Amino acid sequence: MINESRRGFMGKAFGAVAAVGAVGSLVAMKKSWDPLPSVMAAGFTTVDLSNFTANKLEIAKWQGKPIFILKFGADMPEVEKRSVKVGAHYYSVMIGLCTHLGCIPAYKDSEHTFKCACHGGEFNAAGVHTFGPPPRPLDIPPFSIKDENTIVLGEVGPEYTELIARLSTDTNIA
Amino acid sequence: MAEFEKANSVGEWFDQRLNTSGFWRVMMTEYWIPKNINFLWAMGALLAMLFTLLLVTGIFLLMYYKPDVNMAFDSVNYTIMQEVAYGWLFRNVHGVGASVVFLVIYIHMFTAIYYGSYKKGREMIWLSGMLLFVTFSAEGFSGYMLPWGQMSYWAAYVITEIFGGIPFIGDELVIWIRGNFYVADATLTRFFMLHVLLIPMAILGAIVFHFYTLRFPHVNNEEGEFFDYKEESEKYLAGKKAESKVIAFWPDFLSKDFMVISIFMIFFFYLVFYHNAFAMDPVNFDKADGMKTPAHIYPEWYFLWSYEVLRGFFFDIAGISGKSLGLMAFGFAQGIFMVLPWLDRSPMVKPANQRPIFKYWFWLLMADLFVLTIFGKLPPTGANAWVGFFSSITFLGLFIALPFLTKIEAKMVGGK
Amino acid sequence: MFSIIVGLIVAVILIILNIVLQKVSFPKEGRILAIIVIMTGYIYWGFEPYAHHEMHPHVADATYTFDGKADVEALKEAGADTAETEAFWAKAVEAASLSGNVAAGKELVAANCTGCHSITSEGFPELMSDADAAASYGVTPPDLSIAGKIYDKNFLAAVIMDPVKAMHIEHKYPVGGDKVFPMPASDWMAPQEIADMVAYLASAASKVPAVETKEGASEFEISKAQNKQVFEAACVRCHPMSYAGIEAKTPADIMSAYIGATPPDLSQHIRSRGDHYLHNFINDPQRKLPGTGMPRVGLTQEAEKQVVEYMTQIGDSKKQEREELGPKVLIYLVILAIFALLWKKQIWRDLH
Repeated sequence: MINESRRGFMGKAFGAVAAVGAVGSLVAMKKSWDPLPSVMAAGFTTVDLSNFTANKLEIAKWQGKPIFILKFGADMPEVEKRSVKVGAHYYSVMIGLCTHLGCIPAYKDSEHTFKCACHGGEFNAAGVHTFGPPPRPLDIPPFSIKDENTIVLGEVGPEYTELIARLSTDTNIA
Repeated sequence: MAEFEKANSVGEWFDQRLNTSGFWRVMMTEYWIPKNINFLWAMGALLAMLFTLLLVTGIFLLMYYKPDVNMAFDSVNYTIMQEVAYGWLFRNVHGVGASVVFLVIYIHMFTAIYYGSYKKGREMIWLSGMLLFVTFSAEGFSGYMLPWGQMSYWAAYVITEIFGGIPFIGDELVIWIRGNFYVADATLTRFFMLHVLLIPMAILGAIVFHFYTLRFPHVNNEEGEFFDYKEESEKYLAGKKAESKVIAFWPDFLSKDFMVISIFMIFFFYLVFYHNAFAMDPVNFDKADGMKTPAHIYPEWYFLWSYEVLRGFFFDIAGISGKSLGLMAFGFAQGIFMVLPWLDRSPMVKPANQRPIFKYWFWLLMADLFVLTIFGKLPPTGANAWVGFFSSITFLGLFIALPFLTKIEAKMVGGK
Repeated sequence: MFSIIVGLIVAVILIILNIVLQKVSFPKEGRILAIIVIMTGYIYWGFEPYAHHEMHPHVADATYTFDGKADVEALKEAGADTAETEAFWAKAVEAASLSGNVAAGKELVAANCTGCHSITSEGFPELMSDADAAASYGVTPPDLSIAGKIYDKNFLAAVIMDPVKAMHIEHKYPVGGDKVFPMPASDWMAPQEIADMVAYLASAASKVPAVETKEGASEFEISKAQNKQVFEAACVRCHPMSYAGIEAKTPADIMSAYIGATPPDLSQHIRSRGDHYLHNFINDPQRKLPGTGMPRVGLTQEAEKQVVEYMTQIGDSKKQEREELGPKVLIYLVILAIFALLWKKQIWRDLH
């Protein structure tokens, strides 16, 4: 019976070595589904803010998603804590997808409110949810400020890091 | 249905419903293979392995390939080769695998011819094997078009042009196959479909059928010996394994197959990493250009012998044009291996070297195929054209003579 | 025919081998394996190295002295007069051997060259856009900032004297023909003047700062950026390379009128031509492909190496990854084969 078990052992050993190879090739297969280098390199969007008008929503595209950029006017309630200061002006920079189920809300400039047609969610100009099912404010994409009129979406700048840190500690602004 | 007992294990649960242990016994542990074999009997398992590699790598190539004349070349040579993680590896394995699979097919096929494994009750094994050869050829040819390089284009052009030689319908047939007056987007897309769907399905079916055909006549052995499988398998089951003339498919036969496959894979991946230009022709890294034929065009090595038969007839004989003669010879060459079991009239099932006349026929055929293959790539000018002509004639002659030669052999050996 | 003789030899070897191995009772499977390996090797030899040798006759390897010897040889073979060519190259080689005065060279270059050629690193700007320059001259003239580094001295001297002869494109611009090469010949210049200009170009090139790369760039990226600089100076006036996002400086339609053909995209030339061919071809295109519209560019050995390396880095960008993964996979397979062998031996012990 010793012979029998040794033979069984050799078969299992061979099977184990073959399995190592199979797992190795699975790694290569897994990686082939990763986004391509060209996709990763294209993950930045530069936005020129010089022609923006206050209270008029502009939509940029970053990673295939709509990015809301709203310039604050003097008559608009200031929400400094969630807004981004570029040059002399405040802006809301947010991913324009409702945090409920991902529809794109529309901006009612007379009310300074984003309204989502799908399930009635509402957000104020700073993106904080004020009504309906959305569980949290609109998300903020990574950005960095290049100069007083330019921001780059997708690049993590110091202003972004600060903003996120502020939001995670300050519960008042949810 | 009898009442089911409660199963004590997952294995038992499946066994009750699917008879897995019975299936395993019939397909594996009590599927009998002769013991008197050598490593050439592992070529079938090796082919199954290579086909699996081709299938898997093909699936990964399929996810980035674009079957469109404007995008195909760059989707292969840029997206897959430079961008996709390990895309180059999938393509190299696929390209080298496509070439090496034919080497193994030829070894497998000529092993069968050498040992007479197509005879006496094994005709269906041979026919289903030839069916696989034909479908693999079609798969190789259609796949060669996909990278849309210069060789892809001109191979497609020349080979589809061959159908123009068919009387009456030829010209219309060529246009129908191409879907255009030249090899164009429609041609690429339909060959893409053939390559990734229809032909692979046919191959999978043919593989299953080929396995099935082995079941009743059993695998041949090194000496062409006939024996009683029932008696020998009983010896094996009674523990007298050394005495028995048979071995079990699992683990005995497969352990040897796995050994041969593992050793072969070293050679195969050496080619994949360091020596792949023979399977991925440099000329095909120039994008297809319908206005410029490359200086030398030639098929992949495994089609060279039949290509040489096609172009071996470069002058008219008895009022028939060289082109028509070439086409007829080409058609003959494609079909003649199919009917080999009926051309060989000698009942003797022995290795070729033990058959008094067949041995000369076999080695002459091998030599002729070598000459055809090598000259199939050389420019067909001057003396090369005459070598092509005579080796093509020899090829035809060998098969025409085979029934007569084997009839004589049958008399010599007295029907044994 | 040679292949048939080799085939007969192979057949004889096979027969003798078979007999010998049988005599020494070598294992039968080993004998079969030897026969199959030899037959496979023969057929491989036939359809690969031998066929390529037959289809692509060998030409002499690249030389980087640019002294016109090959041109003279070619003329001799064609039975043509070689005196003029010999004299031309003798003067070019002489000029290149003189030690030049950089300051004098700068004046000469400013007076004679910068009307068409920019030397941006020295403050001679481009006078018009690439497309406009192409439209006016027939082809975009090259910027000469690193010309003194990437082109051979003999060749630079020869180009100044007579670009058509230096670049070996007399067949495109025959003397007295109706097509005139955009850059005029200056063979009236004294050898010392030519030497001064060459010296100035070399000094200008030596002052061009190294290519900047991002901090923390890998060795591969640094060498790629350096090679790209040479490639762009040497090739991109005419050739695009789409896989590197490079467009030719001369628009394709103007290029086609200028040279009679559209110069190919070089993205995959490292695969379609191979580095050996590329070296020979770039070094002297007429020798490898007589009648081609591509001029001899006169790259130094180092610069040509960089050009071919760049083509590899773009067209075969996974080469390094492939060469790193290869040994690992092969070692794994050897281990797998050992285990397979041991298992098979165990199983078959009972069967014999």
